Amino acid sequence: MSQDSFIETTMRAFTRAFSKALISERGANQPGLLQFLDPRVRVVGVLFLVVSVILCRKISVVAAVMALAVVIAVASRLSLWLLATRVWFVVLGFAGFIALPALFVTPGSPIFTVPGTHLAVSAQGLRTSALLILRVETAATLTTILVLCTSWTHILKALRSLHLPVEIVTMLAMTHRYVFLLIETASQMFESRQSRMVGQLAGPDRRRLMARTAGVLLSKSVELSHEVYLAMLSRGFDGEVHILSVLRLRVRDYLGMAAFLSVSCLAVWIGR
Amino acid sequence: MIETPTPAFEVSSVSFDYEGIPAIRGLSLQIGKGERVALVGANGSGKSTLLRILDGLYFPAVGSVKFQGESLTADRLRRNGYALTFRRQVALVFQNPDVQLFNPTVFDEVAYGPLQLRWAREEVIRRVEETLSTMGIAQLKDRPPYRLSGGEKKRVALASVLVLDPEVLLLDEPTAALDPKSQSQIVDLIQQWKGTSKSVVTATHQLEIVEDIADRVLVLEAGAVIAAGTPSEILSDEGLLLRANLVHAHRHSHGGVVHSHPHRHGHSHDEHSH
Repeated sequence: MSQDSFIETTMRAFTRAFSKALISERGANQPGLLQFLDPRVRVVGVLFLVVSVILCRKISVVAAVMALAVVIAVASRLSLWLLATRVWFVVLGFAGFIALPALFVTPGSPIFTVPGTHLAVSAQGLRTSALLILRVETAATLTTILVLCTSWTHILKALRSLHLPVEIVTMLAMTHRYVFLLIETASQMFESRQSRMVGQLAGPDRRRLMARTAGVLLSKSVELSHEVYLAMLSRGFDGEVHILSVLRLRVRDYLGMAAFLSVSCLAVWIGR
Repeated sequence: MIETPTPAFEVSSVSFDYEGIPAIRGLSLQIGKGERVALVGANGSGKSTLLRILDGLYFPAVGSVKFQGESLTADRLRRNGYALTFRRQVALVFQNPDVQLFNPTVFDEVAYGPLQLRWAREEVIRRVEETLSTMGIAQLKDRPPYRLSGGEKKRVALASVLVLDPEVLLLDEPTAALDPKSQSQIVDLIQQWKGTSKSVVTATHQLEIVEDIADRVLVLEAGAVIAAGTPSEILSDEGLLLRANLVHAHRHSHGGVVHSHPHRHGHSHDEHSH
């Protein structure tokens, strides 16, 4: 990778991070199935579905929940391409890498032997790997749909209503507050570096640059988090989340909750 | 100690350090109700630290701070009732607006303070819209704050505390790194508060705005007040300004004659012009 492409790629990644945040806020404000429900129902409902996917042992049932997640995404006016690039491809890479050994080490009847080796793929190994990947894909898809359809403040408010400790909600709030500042700082550091560089950077220099940038960012993040916290404190922050919209459960929220609960219980029961 | 009538703040022999590095040393002062005070001093003179002490964000290791006659302590601020009253009455605008702007939209940003202070929903919406309109930033209300220009960020940061209509405004370098138009808009805003019951404490090292924003000037050096007086008294004392690193000896030539004299940056009424 050339020096230009290395820095430009990093800067493009920062810009993408900003764009993603904007897409999330936009998705939360548009009308759709999930947006129609109270944020607390969305959080609890998605949590139920994720737990049911984890407990489920049948691929067909997990696949059905995945199909339901896709339907929810479409009904909530989310782009499937966005889900594919943000979740499906990425998770496939990571989970696939982790699940790969299971193909060969899980005992069972061999269905395929890698030519020129003694490595055999067992039917049980294939099933275990497929189940693992599908579970991760489904859980990640569900949580991403939740995040894309719900503003961050609503998620925090919902978590507090569910009696999640103030300390944890504060940590989450702080992380979200200053992550954008860090991205901007990192972006400026790279821009500044690019404006002063002539010629190519060798591989070791690129790695040193990355390590130094990471170190400086870490130091800045500590200082920044302190400053942001003081700014929040100065305007009355006490750990509680207060939002403009009033959260009130309506009939449709109870129906939504009942639907989430029924599907989750059914998935666990059929897939046991 | 500097005496002023009806103090909003009374600071007595306060010292504060950052992990052993002294930032404020035995500082005493009073800020009167409705008074406009400028804290001037070079970088590292303790201006920002003093503002944070006044805002109840830092608590001095030595000395005491009183707000409207009551001690301002960490214990007292931990009490919800007092914290709500204090945060409603005293507001700080940070030097770096980025740390102060952390909500998804400008509207949410300005609504953050009132919501934290448990204002009624209708009141929050009304006050936020009113403040955005007064500050001339109503058109930015749906924009994410981190995507705004420097001047816009500063105005949103100001709006986010002005919405509370506080009794005491603490401003940390409000015009730093702004273009001339944005600077003058903010100076105009501070000037509007002259003669009102609002106390305004502005930390700055931009001497050219001091006469416009303050009735009294405190000069800080190494965490202590080394001089106090009216803007004209302070600004006419070149020796004091040189000592406090607020001006510097500048050598240059006019018509072939080389000479040096104290030099300030900016456009004060009586400074040497370039």
